[in-house]
Amino acid sequence: MSPEKELIGATEFIDFTINGRPVQARPGWTILETARQHHFNIPTLCYHPAVRPWGSCRLCVVEVRYGKRSKVLPSCLNPPIRELEVFTDSDRVLNVRRWVLEMLLADCPGSREIRDLARQYGVTSTRFTVTNPEEECLRCGLCVAVCTEVVGVQALTFGSRGVSKQLDTPYRVPNNACVSCGCCVTVCPTGAMGHRIDQVRGDISRRTGRGYAH
Amino acid sequence: MERLESAAALEGLRTRLVKAQDPKLLVVRVCLGPGCLAQGAGKVARAFRAELRKKGLKGKVQPLVKETGCHGFCKQAPLVSLSPSDLFYVQVSPDDVREIVETSLVKGRAVDRLLYGENGTRYRSASEIPFYRLQEKIILKNVGVIDPLSIEDALAAGAYRSLAKALTEISPEDVINTVSLSGLRGRGGGGFPTGRKWRRARDYAQENPGPVYLIGNGDEGDPGAFMDRAIMEGDPHAVLEGMTIGAYAIGAQQGFIYVRDEYPIAVRQLNEAIHQARALGLLGNNILGSGFAFDIQISRGAGAFVCGEETALIASIEGRVGEPVTRPPYPAQQGLWNRPTIINNVETWANVPHIIEKGAKWYTGLGVPHSTGTKIFSLVGKVKNTGLVEVPMGITLGRIVEDIGGGVPGQGRFKAVQTGGPSGGLIPYQFKDVPPEEMKLTKFGLRPRGFLPTELKDLPVDFDSLLQAGSIMGSGGMIVMDDHDCVVDVAKYFLRFLQEESCGKCLPCRLGLKGMQEFLDRFSKGQGHPEDIDELKSLAQAVADGSLCGLGGTAPNPVLTSIRFFRDEYLAHIMEHRCPAGVCKDLITYRIDPELCNGCTLCARNCPQECISGKKKKAHAINSGACIRCGVCRDLCPVDAVKVE
Repeated sequence: MSPEKELIGATEFIDFTINGRPVQARPGWTILETARQHHFNIPTLCYHPAVRPWGSCRLCVVEVRYGKRSKVLPSCLNPPIRELEVFTDSDRVLNVRRWVLEMLLADCPGSREIRDLARQYGVTSTRFTVTNPEEECLRCGLCVAVCTEVVGVQALTFGSRGVSKQLDTPYRVPNNACVSCGCCVTVCPTGAMGHRIDQVRGDISRRTGRGYAH
Repeated sequence: MERLESAAALEGLRTRLVKAQDPKLLVVRVCLGPGCLAQGAGKVARAFRAELRKKGLKGKVQPLVKETGCHGFCKQAPLVSLSPSDLFYVQVSPDDVREIVETSLVKGRAVDRLLYGENGTRYRSASEIPFYRLQEKIILKNVGVIDPLSIEDALAAGAYRSLAKALTEISPEDVINTVSLSGLRGRGGGGFPTGRKWRRARDYAQENPGPVYLIGNGDEGDPGAFMDRAIMEGDPHAVLEGMTIGAYAIGAQQGFIYVRDEYPIAVRQLNEAIHQARALGLLGNNILGSGFAFDIQISRGAGAFVCGEETALIASIEGRVGEPVTRPPYPAQQGLWNRPTIINNVETWANVPHIIEKGAKWYTGLGVPHSTGTKIFSLVGKVKNTGLVEVPMGITLGRIVEDIGGGVPGQGRFKAVQTGGPSGGLIPYQFKDVPPEEMKLTKFGLRPRGFLPTELKDLPVDFDSLLQAGSIMGSGGMIVMDDHDCVVDVAKYFLRFLQEESCGKCLPCRLGLKGMQEFLDRFSKGQGHPEDIDELKSLAQAVADGSLCGLGGTAPNPVLTSIRFFRDEYLAHIMEHRCPAGVCKDLITYRIDPELCNGCTLCARNCPQECISGKKKKAHAINSGACIRCGVCRDLCPVDAVKVE
């Protein structure tokens, strides 16, 4: 269990409400996990049960009210607390989701998955500049996380920062650490990794044993 | 020097050092703060040394030249102050040095032309100048006075007295109580009560035994802000002392000071200070013979703005990519290597020795309830006296910009003040008639209009009042704008800065800032629809709601506040295709007024496009087709004949 979850330290079931309906979370569950267990639909792109939540896509945001305070939080990272009121489709939540989806349409126009998801929220066109019409990768970090946490080889990483952040291999060269397991392709929410895995692992026929040392 | 084995030994050393300072000996202090260095203060200091040697004054001036930290009055750089005569010279060039030495140091008279003058008055000493007179220097008291590279100088000025007091007289619990009672709030921007943070870490550490860490956050990156830099460069021992007291209170053994590598002088001064403090036994094992051990290490950052955010800073020190992670757990519970970690701004740390020395009650007497003490601001932009000012909390904004800052230079009128750097908001100088729906602030909760003064000059500068006005205290940058500054352009500038500094983790921040920039780019070209303003607001709201850390969460503030208070200016761009301030290049044309032009040809000779034509002594004209609106002609014109429309 991750240290964050240990800290939450809940040993009891937690009762709270989602969209007005009472629900119960098991110890260690996040709001997202509880909501999915109770069949509430919260869209996600960067969430995968196999890795620690990273919270980059921000589509899973929900509005939480506790007493008089109201906040918009990513449900994949936050555990519920007793008597919390969660709203999965409030105006503020939909505002974030629609804008993120509209911007994603411009950022990764090549992805069918994103187009379908956007259509569910009524977003069919984008006002933002499209830089690369083929782009599919939204830089959610799932492939990096699965390669590091599950496979344990760190053949993938992010290069550069901010607006120019790119998925890359360390030092931007094909990587002998890659074991061609295909986990990154499996978890990729948009299919972008399928086209890139050959760049990650390089020419598999030219491998020698030495590269596998680490 | 020998290691100090007890608090009494420290006092003994201090007494010896104070005695050794002959009050009759001359001292020449040359400011080597960033502003003065840029204006050639290094050459002035060298010239002084050479001249003093030449004149045979080596024994009479002690030390030969004291190179100090920032004096604060950066507009008048380079600055030189003399004691015991208390003369204060501004805009000193190496050529003036001989005259200063001959007149002031040998004959004891003032060089009148180098004294600071304002409204016909010449001021002999710094304390008489309105810029200094209205300030209350507590944290900056020794900055600009002591030599930051000499621990003897700092000790003679009273450094480490509070540490000795804390170690010998006060229990760790009472140190936390004192800091809590003083009402000290974090100076880095958030304003979280420092005492509460410390207590949380101490409680958590007692439940889970193991190492505890302290961090001094000196990752100052706001455009136009240099408060932390001045403290680290001018009085590094204050930071070290504050951190050591904090370590004693919480039970930490290791501290880090995170400084950006763009501050090489701060890194040097801090390293030297740590080295000297260790040699005296004020850091390291068995501090002052008390058995308490604490050491500090410098951690240099590579200049990422986002690394000022505490979780990103921790990641950076650990050697990971500087990206924020979600809180809770807060660093006070799980920080560096998953151990309780206290992160405070270096200015906060520098406050601690003063609180311990003079008590919580004295501290709460400064400032206003809920915002106690003093705050350092870097006053920049369209004010006469730019520089570093320290004022008690709750002072009105008008007093800072008009009385200390000296008002707008030239013909301009005050328009707005941006507090809190790129994450803060624009506050209009004349309170504008704002529609009620605009007054609903998003993330911070703006209170009803009745709470705000009708004129900005009466707005008290403290944590809560600034929040009410839709801005934040931030780390203390204060950028003043006049009617030649376009709010759309200003919002665009801050947005570009934040977009470059975003770590790129959360989509609303990485894509949203770019998207907001696209909106503003359209506005500044006179394109777009009036409805786009509300669309931009809605996007700004989505970015604020959807981002993880403070960078994304506060990034829309300049845009939101400028729309709230200056919607008319946005509309002028969109509807009338006109930039009222004459800044947005696509909406303005330069024209020469033939009535005023005297045909001096200065503009024509300097135009980079060579698009100004006209004969000598005849009126000139600009070919607006070729003009790139760089503004060189307007800046050069001696008769103000170049007009912007």
